[in-house]
Amino acid sequence: MRIRAIALRILRQFIHDKRTMALMFIAPLLVLSLMSLVLGGGIYTPKLGLEKSAAVLAEPLAGTGAEIYEYTDAAAGEDALRSGRIDALISLGAAAPEVILEGSNPAANQAVILTLQELLRQQAPAGGAGLSLAAAQPQISYLYGAEDMKTIDRYGPVMIGVFVFFFVFLIAGVSLLRERTSGTLERLLSTPLRRAEIVLGYVLGFGLFTVIQALLISWFSVKVLGIMMAGSFVYVLLITLLMALTALTLGTLLSAFAANELQMIQFIPLVIVPQIFLSGLFPLDTLPLWLQRLGLATPIYYGSEALLDIMIRGKGWNAIAADVYILLAFSLLFMTLNVRALRKHRKM
Amino acid sequence: MNEIHPVISVRHAGRSFGQKEVLRDISLEVDKAETFGILGPSGSGKTTLVKLLAGIDEATSGEVQVLGTVMPKLSVLQKIGYMAQSDALYSELTAKENLEFFASLYGLKNGNRNRRIGDVMELVNLQEHLRKRVDQYSGGMKRRLSLAIALLHEPPLLLLDEPTVGIDPLLRQAIWKELKALNRKGTTIVLTTHVMDEAGKCDRLAMIREGRLLAADTPAGMLKAAGAASIEEAFLYYGGGRP
Repeated sequence: MRIRAIALRILRQFIHDKRTMALMFIAPLLVLSLMSLVLGGGIYTPKLGLEKSAAVLAEPLAGTGAEIYEYTDAAAGEDALRSGRIDALISLGAAAPEVILEGSNPAANQAVILTLQELLRQQAPAGGAGLSLAAAQPQISYLYGAEDMKTIDRYGPVMIGVFVFFFVFLIAGVSLLRERTSGTLERLLSTPLRRAEIVLGYVLGFGLFTVIQALLISWFSVKVLGIMMAGSFVYVLLITLLMALTALTLGTLLSAFAANELQMIQFIPLVIVPQIFLSGLFPLDTLPLWLQRLGLATPIYYGSEALLDIMIRGKGWNAIAADVYILLAFSLLFMTLNVRALRKHRKM
Repeated sequence: MNEIHPVISVRHAGRSFGQKEVLRDISLEVDKAETFGILGPSGSGKTTLVKLLAGIDEATSGEVQVLGTVMPKLSVLQKIGYMAQSDALYSELTAKENLEFFASLYGLKNGNRNRRIGDVMELVNLQEHLRKRVDQYSGGMKRRLSLAIALLHEPPLLLLDEPTVGIDPLLRQAIWKELKALNRKGTTIVLTTHVMDEAGKCDRLAMIREGRLLAADTPAGMLKAAGAASIEEAFLYYGGGRP
């Protein structure tokens, strides 16, 4: 009854505050779209360097739309590759084409490989001495040692979780903070409302909005932005929601330690940014062990892992069950701590 | 509830924040259906004392009893109407939505709830502004809405922290009339003020300065004991600044 009253009040406040609602729903879409564009959502034209031995490929490759640079001197080609003027250097070896990828830009890597695959498909039925050789499986190596990297497909799932976390954290944190600074929290605590009812009321009130937010973001990412989606949409929703729940409970908890809105914003570099870096967005293997362990203590890490498992690896419940339980445990922990933190304002 | 008990009984209560002693050895009693004023300059500890009575805060020494129960106690809060010094309203909601929210917290249901909302808004003369958003309210209107919320659930004890700040004299008079009417119905009212002439309207007064209770008596009794012509003079007398 009282929990419902708080939830209803939060919904009404949201409806009156159009800008915050827009921030929650539209801002993540905007940022994701921008990222999708920046990270190669658009078509990237690969710049291919051909050594003398591969000159025969110039014409068919140009047909795929790639930019072609021919080098008569092997050293000149390597130099161009090293300085990043071309994305790949192709030569014809004894058995198959050899491709050296510049490797630092995943979007370019992907574009080169796609171009080669297209060439392969086009040339397979045709004949010709050099061309039949080209039709053999190319041997791909990386100049700068990057493995098979994908761009928005790789970052997309992590960023969905990050954005949901970020916006819900901020909005929920600030709204409880405002209750404290405006005196309404004290007013609430002068009623027979239990501290746990306040926390649960917030979870329910924001929960309804985060359901809509999770639906919108997940749908937009998969259907509009076309981010790779190998697994089940329902699981993506579940994880997104759980991340929102964790962010909501963490935001309201940390708001107890902020004196005003600006101090709440100051939690972003402290709480959100390190989590993003440790979330698996960047390879963690090269980090010192203690830093890797720290990553295991952050909610975004588990959300990202689960979303990558679902969206890229197409895995099901068994793969994400542990992540689900851990995110739930985080939320419960933050809620319990939150009820305790409210003791500062009323002892019972 | 045992009627022999006073509504409020504070015994040697103190409240410290760390080293800082905000209230020191306060003892007072408030009887049923009286208006009890707590008078003192700002920073004297009035609000802290009201918070102890409201159960939001807990005494670090001594004991505070409200309606026969040692505070803080959750079940007593249902019987208290509290109006804080800050207006504590949700400014992005309408007055009606604010009232509905607090009514739900006190467990008021549909028909009764709407009747009470109508009643209290009429009382503070805001019935025409029921559907207006609170951020369009003036300071005085917000104060009145705060008071209306405190009265919503018809509590037997009203704790009002500076209830008439920012309210014009005409309306202030109307509110005092209403408070007296509530007294007659058996409601006990405790209010703080630093306006001396308002203190004269209370049945009994407590004077507080620097966390200490200087005196507690009827306004007339205080004037007599201090040999003073006004409450202001009496306050100076008890405060040690005797003329």
